[in-house]
Amino acid sequence: MSGNMNLTLKVWRQKNAADKGGFVTYKADDVSPDMSFLEMLDIVNERLVKKTEDPIHFDHDCREGICGACSLYINGRPHGPKQAITTCQLHMRSFSDGETITIEPWRAEAFPVIKDLAVDRTAFDRIQEAGGFISVNTGGVPDANEIPIPKVVADEAFNSATCIQCGACVAACKNASAALFVSAKISQLALLPQGQTERYRRVQAMVAQMDAEGFGSCTNTGACEVECPKGISLTNINRMRRDYFNAKFFKEEEIH
Amino acid sequence: MSSFTKAFSSTLGKKLIMSLTGLFLCLFLIVHLLGNLQLFKHDDGMAFNVYSHFMTHFPPIKIVSYLLYLSIVFHAVYALIITIRNSKARKVGYAVYKGSANSTWSSRNMGILGTILLIFIVVHMSNFWAEYHWGGLPFIKYETSLNNPEEVKVTKLPYNGNELVYSQYVDTQAGTEVVVAKDLNIIVMDLFKIWWYVVLYVIAMIAMGFHLYHGFQSGFQTLGFDHKKYKPVIDFLGLWVFSIIIPAVFAAMPLYVFFFK
Repeated sequence: MSGNMNLTLKVWRQKNAADKGGFVTYKADDVSPDMSFLEMLDIVNERLVKKTEDPIHFDHDCREGICGACSLYINGRPHGPKQAITTCQLHMRSFSDGETITIEPWRAEAFPVIKDLAVDRTAFDRIQEAGGFISVNTGGVPDANEIPIPKVVADEAFNSATCIQCGACVAACKNASAALFVSAKISQLALLPQGQTERYRRVQAMVAQMDAEGFGSCTNTGACEVECPKGISLTNINRMRRDYFNAKFFKEEEIH
Repeated sequence: MSSFTKAFSSTLGKKLIMSLTGLFLCLFLIVHLLGNLQLFKHDDGMAFNVYSHFMTHFPPIKIVSYLLYLSIVFHAVYALIITIRNSKARKVGYAVYKGSANSTWSSRNMGILGTILLIFIVVHMSNFWAEYHWGGLPFIKYETSLNNPEEVKVTKLPYNGNELVYSQYVDTQAGTEVVVAKDLNIIVMDLFKIWWYVVLYVIAMIAMGFHLYHGFQSGFQTLGFDHKKYKPVIDFLGLWVFSIIIPAVFAAMPLYVFFFK
């Protein structure tokens, strides 16, 4: 078909976490510009399978930008050259015919490579488990709108809640800091009345877990905000700091 | 561990130390700049030498100066600690990395800029601060006529550690106000006549401009200051005052001495 592209892919191949890994070059010929990036990889994989070679492993699930499963560090940027989209929403028309595309996994000690381009992002789950929840007693269903919440506050909380845990913030950060993710998860609850009871316990527990997982320090470069497919803003990080310092320096820890 | 120690050993707390020390150093820059503007005066360094004595002998200023030395040390040491942890957080780097697509150059090179500044501070302090305290500086005597303040008689006195001390008095018989002070001014003038010192100072000020372009506003963010209403004010001050005006005026001092004095 006319208009199709011939590309060269430099893909990170690594058998398992213990393997050293390295780049392998593949030809991706006759790629339609209307394909998504993952569809292009599917085709490359089909060709590899036909040749009885091991297909390239990468994470994916919903393929419509809402699940946070897909990752890929493409040509030096997480989720590729476009902003505010995930890799599954990236189309091949964003590349040009004959281009060499380098595909790497997220790089962070807290995200060890499982195989090829798939990394273990359970560090995020453990941070969530440390405090990213509210405790609600069972009982009757409360009436809707029983607790008034100003529109701006609700909107801000929902903005924070759009985080899909993909890990692009960590991948983009030169320090591999998880500050944007952690702060979004803290903010979505800290902004709302239901999250107040555990607000200061939560921020301390989640930050402690973030540090224990071995993520770096945030140095406010702002790379995470630019690369986040959901546009989570740096304001969240500053909100986390306010809550954290407030908890550590000014809140009661015990009855005295 | 107490709550405080825990807080300061977290990734957020270590950055809090960077922020507090860094912003204190920014505040110091304003004072340092205003004082040093006296170098532009054509008074054989009288105002500057009197000021130098005041800054090294007035007790509250001395206390602040110890805070300043501590700030420099803590800022540098914590920068190192944080950088080591950050490089451990990503041991295998990217083959292709496009940092310019998502962040400013300064924000990605604070360590290099800071190292240039640390080297500069060591050179700068050994040139002037150490010289002033222990260097055996020559003295200078200014005799200002009480009738005509425009008329000043300047006498250079060679170094004499045992006899000469700073003094300021009115000589009623001669009708003059006399000031005897260590002549730091001449040390500054002599040094700024050496071209490669001038180059070093100008390079250091450019590095400081870039360091503070990221550092000033980042310091406020680390403290948690962030609001639509005053974030633009902080960004404005960080750009114009701390990364352009202050470094430019500092850099103007050696250039002015080199070319016009």
